[in-house]
Amino acid sequence: MDTLLTTRSRKIAGLIALFLFFVAGMICSIAFGVTNISWRTILLSYTEFNGSQEHLIIQNARMPRAFIAAAAGASLAVAGALMQGITRNQLASPSLFGINAGAAFFIVVGSAFFGASGMSAFATLAFIGAAFTSILVYVLGSIGNDGLTPLKVTLAGAALTAFFSSLSLGVLLTGGQTFDQVLYWFVGSVAGRDMNIFSAAAPFTAIALIGALFLARHMNVLALGEDVAVGLGQKTIYIKLAAGIIIVLLAGGSVSMAGPIAFVGIIVPHLTRYLVGIDYRWIIPYCAVLGSILLLAADIGSRYILFPKEVPIGVMTAIIGVPFFVYIARKGGGTLNE
Amino acid sequence: MSSIQAKNLTLSYGQKAIFSNLDLQIPAGKITVFIGSNGCGKSTLLRSLARLMKPTEGSILLDGSQIAKLSSKEVARKLAILPQGPIAPEGLTVHQLVKQGRYPYQSWLQQWSHEDEKLVKKALEVTHMSELSNRSVDSLSGGQRQRAWIAMTLAQNTPTILLDEPTTYLDMTHQIEILDLLFDLNEQENRTIVMVLHDINLACRYAHHIVAVKNGRIHAQGEPGVIMNKQLIRDVFDMECQVTADPLFGTPLCIPHGKGRKLATPLNKAL
Repeated sequence: MDTLLTTRSRKIAGLIALFLFFVAGMICSIAFGVTNISWRTILLSYTEFNGSQEHLIIQNARMPRAFIAAAAGASLAVAGALMQGITRNQLASPSLFGINAGAAFFIVVGSAFFGASGMSAFATLAFIGAAFTSILVYVLGSIGNDGLTPLKVTLAGAALTAFFSSLSLGVLLTGGQTFDQVLYWFVGSVAGRDMNIFSAAAPFTAIALIGALFLARHMNVLALGEDVAVGLGQKTIYIKLAAGIIIVLLAGGSVSMAGPIAFVGIIVPHLTRYLVGIDYRWIIPYCAVLGSILLLAADIGSRYILFPKEVPIGVMTAIIGVPFFVYIARKGGGTLNE
Repeated sequence: MSSIQAKNLTLSYGQKAIFSNLDLQIPAGKITVFIGSNGCGKSTLLRSLARLMKPTEGSILLDGSQIAKLSSKEVARKLAILPQGPIAPEGLTVHQLVKQGRYPYQSWLQQWSHEDEKLVKKALEVTHMSELSNRSVDSLSGGQRQRAWIAMTLAQNTPTILLDEPTTYLDMTHQIEILDLLFDLNEQENRTIVMVLHDINLACRYAHHIVAVKNGRIHAQGEPGVIMNKQLIRDVFDMECQVTADPLFGTPLCIPHGKGRKLATPLNKAL
């Protein structure tokens, strides 16, 4: 596999260029939408907020939307890269750890039996559900003498995903109520959330992203295989545990902010490896920026594809993601025992 | 030079004991080879010496201290292990792989030093991998790939190197190439080499010390010329053979019985 950016200086330049793209994406996400708002009004909404409808759209709808898209994209991409490293399975992504199914299940149960409603309540439930399920997957995947193995964790994730999905559907079907809100959440979207949802998740996301950067060097060693890593003096159990916690924070934070958004966790790490190779010290920052750009772009696109109606972002990423997924699978990236 | 010793070692998978109460001293500065039939436990024993497997009882002593009580990085600065059939991630270059050998010397404060760079360069030179250092490991031939991994263990700069079947799946040329490399490392740098080999004749040719393992016991150990005979092969491998002297080195050469075609015309003397 030849990478595009071979030298250190090119990689740095690439990262800076992507960061500028990211900033441009943020600005576009705030500037463009169904309601046409002038640049001057946008600026004024920051400097001299007057409570007009246009200012409200910028501050209460588009701002949180842009920040959530960026944070969720970065989180999903970095979580995906770490998962693919830990499981040595190139098709791994947050849904593999049962994170989305667990989050969905908690929301369904919360709204069916405990009257939870509204995006803030859903965000909390989703995070708890994601954390609970991934811990369960982690524990199930670690049972036995050989500890956490790629195959066991994949099986545990698949089993729990099926289990929680069935339970969720069961509750939805027998509940007899309509769960419009819940169904809307199921698709994954960054629209209709307020800034509080972002602010609640942001500290966890930030800590986890910084943690991932520190973990990068150790991930490089773990990628050589368990035995080699132990031989080089790595306490692999701690590295896997740290990676697991970071994955939970990132994927849990993302699902709580934006619902289950598929494929970003698979596409972006692959794109990144194509650009910078397999050194996690580059993969992590590139994934963060590229993931943000992808979700920002998908979200902006979702406003125009059926204009003036909006397509949920989860549908957008699936449309891009499925052909990509098939392509990777055909390349043979799914081998577990590599 | 460092010493490795197993004391009262019991190794088991689940409930099943592989070795019980085993004592073993690895001679320092020598090449030691474990031989034995498939599944006899020789790889398990080697892995336990490198703390890849925890003993249920007893201990491994590295320079007199219990390996389990030393920090894992400290062990990695004294002893390198090349596991059986390691697989590099797709796209990893030889240079990137060899650099990982410096992991036990790095910390938050100490990242990449001049010393690290020097030892990586030397490891590449010794294994004749310098020219291939920018190639990705998965694009190399089997022998080159194995040399790249050995270069990684050399970059660890340890007095002792353990290798689990370093020649498996290699053709004869590459087997000799790898073993010659290890031979030189022992001769020129006085490193202690411990490895598992399947080929008894190559084991006899390269080893100072042979450890013959059978059913979780050490059946015999010593210099190849002293311990190797028909009876040992019969006991350890359950095979009849004739032992003669290797025409090149005079080391024991086992010729198995079993079936075979007799030549109609005698071999040309000039051969």
